[in-house]
Amino acid sequence: MKKHLSPDPFKNTRATSGCAHMDDQNDPVTMILRLKDVRKTAHNWKTFQSGATPGRIVIPSEVKIRDTRQIPFEVDPPLHGSFRALLDPWFKRPLEADYKAKLSTQIKALVENVLKADKVETVAEFSLCLQSHALTLLLNTDGSEADTWIGWGTHVFRSEHDPLDGNKAALLYDYIDAQIKSAAINPRHDLYSVLLAAQVDGKKLTFDEIKGIMILTFAGGRDTVINAVTNTIAYFAENPESLVRLRNEPEIIGRAIEELIRYFAPLTQMGRVATEDTQVCEHAIAADSRVSLCWASANRDESVFESPDEVILDRKLNPHVSFGFSHHNCLGATHARQIMRILIDTLIEKVSSIDILDCEENIETLGEFSRKVGFHRLNVKFNPR
Amino acid sequence: MAKITFITQDNIPVTVEGESGSVMALAVDNNIAGIDGDCGGVCSCATCHVHVAKDQFSLVGEASEIEKDMLELDDSTDDYSRLCCQIDITDELDGLVLTVAG
Ligand code: HEM
Ligand code: FES
Repeated sequence: MKKHLSPDPFKNTRATSGCAHMDDQNDPVTMILRLKDVRKTAHNWKTFQSGATPGRIVIPSEVKIRDTRQIPFEVDPPLHGSFRALLDPWFKRPLEADYKAKLSTQIKALVENVLKADKVETVAEFSLCLQSHALTLLLNTDGSEADTWIGWGTHVFRSEHDPLDGNKAALLYDYIDAQIKSAAINPRHDLYSVLLAAQVDGKKLTFDEIKGIMILTFAGGRDTVINAVTNTIAYFAENPESLVRLRNEPEIIGRAIEELIRYFAPLTQMGRVATEDTQVCEHAIAADSRVSLCWASANRDESVFESPDEVILDRKLNPHVSFGFSHHNCLGATHARQIMRILIDTLIEKVSSIDILDCEENIETLGEFSRKVGFHRLNVKFNPR
Repeated sequence: MAKITFITQDNIPVTVEGESGSVMALAVDNNIAGIDGDCGGVCSCATCHVHVAKDQFSLVGEASEIEKDMLELDDSTDDYSRLCCQIDITDELDGLVLTVAG
C-alpha cells in the first residue's frame, strides 16, 4: 500500500448503522459517523454540551489528569461566544501581510535547511520545528521560545505509551504559569499580555481562565498541525505530479489545502456529553453519557462526497468538517490554513521531489476501529529543483 | 461586468463591480464586513452567508443540496439565503443586492 494513504476504517459501520460504540476508561462513547448527524450534533450545544467536567469531552478522557478547563473549547454558549468575540480577532492575524511574510521566511529557511540533508525525520525535524516556529507568530512571542518547545519533543501532552500519564503535561503547565506571571509583572505584546489586559462580559479574566486558553492554544495546535504537515509531505512524496500541477495551476492551491485537510482529518474525533436522554440516528443516548463527533468518518461520507477515498486536489464542493462545525469550529484554522498555503508555495518553488526512506505509522485504536492519523516516524530525502 | 451591492450589518450599502469568479471572492477582495470566506469557497465554512433580495432570488437560483445542508444549521437562514461562494459572477447579476447575514 502507498505510504501516504489514510484508509477509512468507518465505511461499513457508517453505512449500516451510522454509530459505533467504544469504551474509554469505563466512560463509553457513542461515535457518530455520518456527516449530517455529526453536524446536527455539533450544532445542538444544549443537548450535547462541551462544558462538562474538564477533560471529559476529550477521547481518551483527560478527567483523571487535569482540572483546568480549556477555554473556549470546554465552555458552552452564551459565555463561549463572549470568549470567541475576544479571541477571534487575534486568531485572524495570520491573514495580515506582515504575519504572512514572517511565516514565509520561517518556512523557506526550514525547507532550505532540509534540502541540504541526506535524510530528514519529518515529524521531529520538520513538522515539529515548523509548528513551533509558527506558533511564536500566533502568540506574538519571542522567536527563541520555539527552541524550548521543540526541546519538549513530540509527546509533551501524553507519554508515548501511556496516554494517562499526567506528569508529562506538568512541564507545559509550569511553563505557562511562569509565562503568565512574568507577563503580569512586565506587560509585553504577546497573547499572555493581551489576555491579562482583557475583559469578558465586563470582567477581567482569572488566572485559571488565561491558563485554560493558553494550554488549549498549545495543545490544540500541536499534533493537529504536525499531522497535517507530515501527511502532506508523504502525499507529495508519492504524488510528484501533484507538485507539478500546483506549480502550473496555482489558482487551485486553496482547494488543494481543503482537500488534503479533509482527506487526512488531523483530528479524528471530539466528544460531547448529553444533557438529557436523546437519540442520534435512531440510537438512544442516555443523559450524562458521551458521544463523539467523528470528523474523520464524516469526511468520507459517500452520500455527500464523490469518490471520498480519493484525494481530488481541485475538489470544488468540499463541505468537510476537519476544522469542526458550528460554535466550536477551530479557532486556529486561519493559522493552520496559512501554514499549509506557505508550505505548498515553498515546496513548489524549491523542491522537485521527495523520497520516502522508511516510516512508522501512527495508528489510533478506537474500539473496533484502527485509524492511521499520521506517522511516528517518516524518514525522507528532499530533492532540490 | 456586474455591479453588486452588499448591505453589511451596520446597514451600510457597498456597491462593487466584478467580472468573473465567485461573489464571495469579490466580497473578500473588497473587504466587505461579515464575508470572511474562510474555506476559500468550497462550501465548508458558511462564513459567506448572504440574504438575496426577495425579488431577485430567481437571478441566483436555488442552492444545491450540499449548500442547503450547510444553511439548514445556520441560525440566521431564511428562504432567500445563499452561500455566496457558490454564486458565480455573470452579467445577469448586474444590480444584485445582497444582505450580509449576521
Ligand atoms: C490542521 C490543523 C487543525 C485541525 C485539523 C484542528 C481541528 C479542530 C477541530 C475539529 C476543532 C473542533 C473541536 C470541537 O468541536 O470540540 C478545533 C477547535 C479548536 N482548535 Fe483546532 N485544529 C487545528 C489547528 C489548530 C491550531 C493551530 C490552533 C491554535 C494554535 C487550534 C486551536 C483550536 C481551539 C482553541 C479550538 C476550540 C474552539 C472553540 O471551542 O470555540 N487548532 N480544532
Ligand atoms: S467561503 Fe466557505 S462556505 Fe463559502
